[in-house]
Amino acid sequence: MAEKKEKIARQPMPEQAPEVRRGNFEEVPMGYSAETAMLEASRCLQCKKPTCVQGCPVEIDIPAFIACIKEGDFSGAISKLKEKTALPAVCGRVCPQEVQCEAQCILGRKDDPVAIGRLERFAADMARERGDKSRPEIAAKTGKSVAVIGSGPSGVTVAGDLILKGHDVTVYEAFHKAGGVLVYGIPEFRLPKKIVQEEMDALADLGVKFELNAVIGRTETVDELFERHDAIYIGVGAGLPSFMRIPGENLIGIYSANEYLTRSNLMKAYLFPEYDTPIVLGKNVAVIGAGNVAMDSARTALRLGADKVRIVYRRSREEMPARAEEIHHGEQEGIEFHLLTNPIRFIGDENGRVKSMECIKMELGEPDDSGRRRPVPIQDSNFMFDTDLVVIAVGAGANPLITSTTPGLETTKWGYIVADPITGKTKKRGVWAGGDIVTGQATVILAMGAGRQAANSIHDYLTWGW
Amino acid sequence: MYKIVEREEMAQGTVVRNVIEAPKVAKKARPGQFVILKANETGERIPLTMADTDPEAGTITVIYQVVGKSTALFKTLQVGDGYQDLLGPLGQPTHLEKYDGLVICVGGGTGTAVVHPITKGFKAAGNQVVGIIGSRTKDLLILEKEMTAASHELKVCTDDGSYGHHGFVTDVLKGYLEGKDKVSLVVAAGPVPMMKFVSKMTKEYGVKTLVSLNSIMIDGTGMCGGCRVSVGGKNRFTCVEGPEFDGHEVDFDELTQRLGAYRDMEKAAMEKFDHDCKIGLNH
Repeated sequence: MAEKKEKIARQPMPEQAPEVRRGNFEEVPMGYSAETAMLEASRCLQCKKPTCVQGCPVEIDIPAFIACIKEGDFSGAISKLKEKTALPAVCGRVCPQEVQCEAQCILGRKDDPVAIGRLERFAADMARERGDKSRPEIAAKTGKSVAVIGSGPSGVTVAGDLILKGHDVTVYEAFHKAGGVLVYGIPEFRLPKKIVQEEMDALADLGVKFELNAVIGRTETVDELFERHDAIYIGVGAGLPSFMRIPGENLIGIYSANEYLTRSNLMKAYLFPEYDTPIVLGKNVAVIGAGNVAMDSARTALRLGADKVRIVYRRSREEMPARAEEIHHGEQEGIEFHLLTNPIRFIGDENGRVKSMECIKMELGEPDDSGRRRPVPIQDSNFMFDTDLVVIAVGAGANPLITSTTPGLETTKWGYIVADPITGKTKKRGVWAGGDIVTGQATVILAMGAGRQAANSIHDYLTWGW
Repeated sequence: MYKIVEREEMAQGTVVRNVIEAPKVAKKARPGQFVILKANETGERIPLTMADTDPEAGTITVIYQVVGKSTALFKTLQVGDGYQDLLGPLGQPTHLEKYDGLVICVGGGTGTAVVHPITKGFKAAGNQVVGIIGSRTKDLLILEKEMTAASHELKVCTDDGSYGHHGFVTDVLKGYLEGKDKVSLVVAAGPVPMMKFVSKMTKEYGVKTLVSLNSIMIDGTGMCGGCRVSVGGKNRFTCVEGPEFDGHEVDFDELTQRLGAYRDMEKAAMEKFDHDCKIGLNH
């Protein structure tokens, strides 16, 4: 009888202790060492028909890059990753692997799945630390030129794919820094901005041109871009904040999550006055909503010195849309969850600053259109909260800046761009779209998946004219 | 970098005029639109309505008052220096049309820089245009010559009576509203109290009034909602739906409060900047 191999447990990743990290903006998980990564990689069964790959929206050859790590061939690992993703260091950190690749891992049926996300992060970080610029080969120049509008996850995926296929690519970004939601939305402690910048630099090294401070729809229109580009990809994100539409919402100290996070992340208000952009510092904070953006806002508020941070959510724990890991991290750091609770008005002081909010208790009724049980207010259950900072993180809508200035682009009744779900083709010839401006607010990796599909379709169009 | 090609200090150094290289913006910009400027890596994004554009030369002109750390930092920039970031043109252009009655353009303080291109635009659209500009005192008055050229008739007011009419722009405006000529439109830009009182007055006379707002904003593309303002009881975004709104519908008191959101922090930043200047840490 063959000797039974000793089982290796899924390797944990060291983290900053909750009581320490809630006071700083340093990254929470600290990454694998080479030894730990190789040990974790050795758990992979190298399945002949890998199901994990089917769980990945950009179809990374997961067994292949893990095999490289197992052998200590870290260069090989990063090359394998870069064949399919322009953002390995980002995906390794912010993808919801637990519902994608890792959810499909065979090991997960009886045991814990291989820590694919942590290994991806390791390979990308290792390459960066060693200055390893290993990358796939670039095809011969085609003479075709593509404009990518928006430098978020879907846009840079399109840019990375098409530059490798030999096309010229220019990325237009409205902000003064490239990266989209990766720089303005996701906080430093979850995704260091230095890492995003290095991923952008890697694209620039491949020949992608970045034009910053370019507001398409204002500085130039989509039609004007056709004067110098053969195809256009729109990946501008959702970009329109949702508010509650309840009394008192314009009091000082009430922010959309977009504004709160942009001030802190992109403008570095957490370093005020070293950086010039101010931010309201709340001691007693309420964040409305329970998605990843809400968790990011709540954990940012803690790090900006809040004594108490509450998540206020109108449904129950089961419906919370945030990743399990984010909720877990937030709870560890001391964030309180007030579920089945909905604000109905905000009350200000004599200077127009928010000082409290009135809430109502909710209960779950029949399922609504989203399939989730509809929250219904409980009569006479009103109560008051004191608060000096409120962040509204209840989702985002479609920003009309491009759609309203581009004739021929069809939109849904909510303003999202109508695009083919397989190819990303819009109703306007030569224009593709993907990511949140098509689907509504979703995840980084789904936007990247849309970018991958559109890039393939754009390549076909530029090569064969369809 | 967006290079400064011309620089002039006005109103005893409290106001600065910059002509900046920005060819794409200059080509696209229309009266009433604004840009966002950021001086350097650590700087704040500051919205400023364009005072002029020159599509041929590829330049835009901004005129700003030094009110805090960010504008004090702008003031340190000389010809040949530049802004790290500039984006635009943002916001909706002024809707320029021909009216049968007078169009009156009212500018208070640096608001005169905002109404100047609008005044030119209405004149070019064939209107009979009256300019009314005001400042606290004669030495702080800006663009008198330019506004004289841009309008058919220009009235000047100073709060202290050192030049022109002794009193507020609203006094002079009232004369026109009660005069024999029909007034079709009033456009006002300047301090919030001025816009508020102009709007209050014109409402009594039933004269359509546009005000150009200067809300605090970050992105300028409708993404953050920081510039939201109540207009007719509805939330509107100054950056994409403005900066001009119906003065009779704007909640000016809320706007005033929101503009003061960071007053304490701004003051601390300014004191630190002054201190660093004195000990030579800047530049």
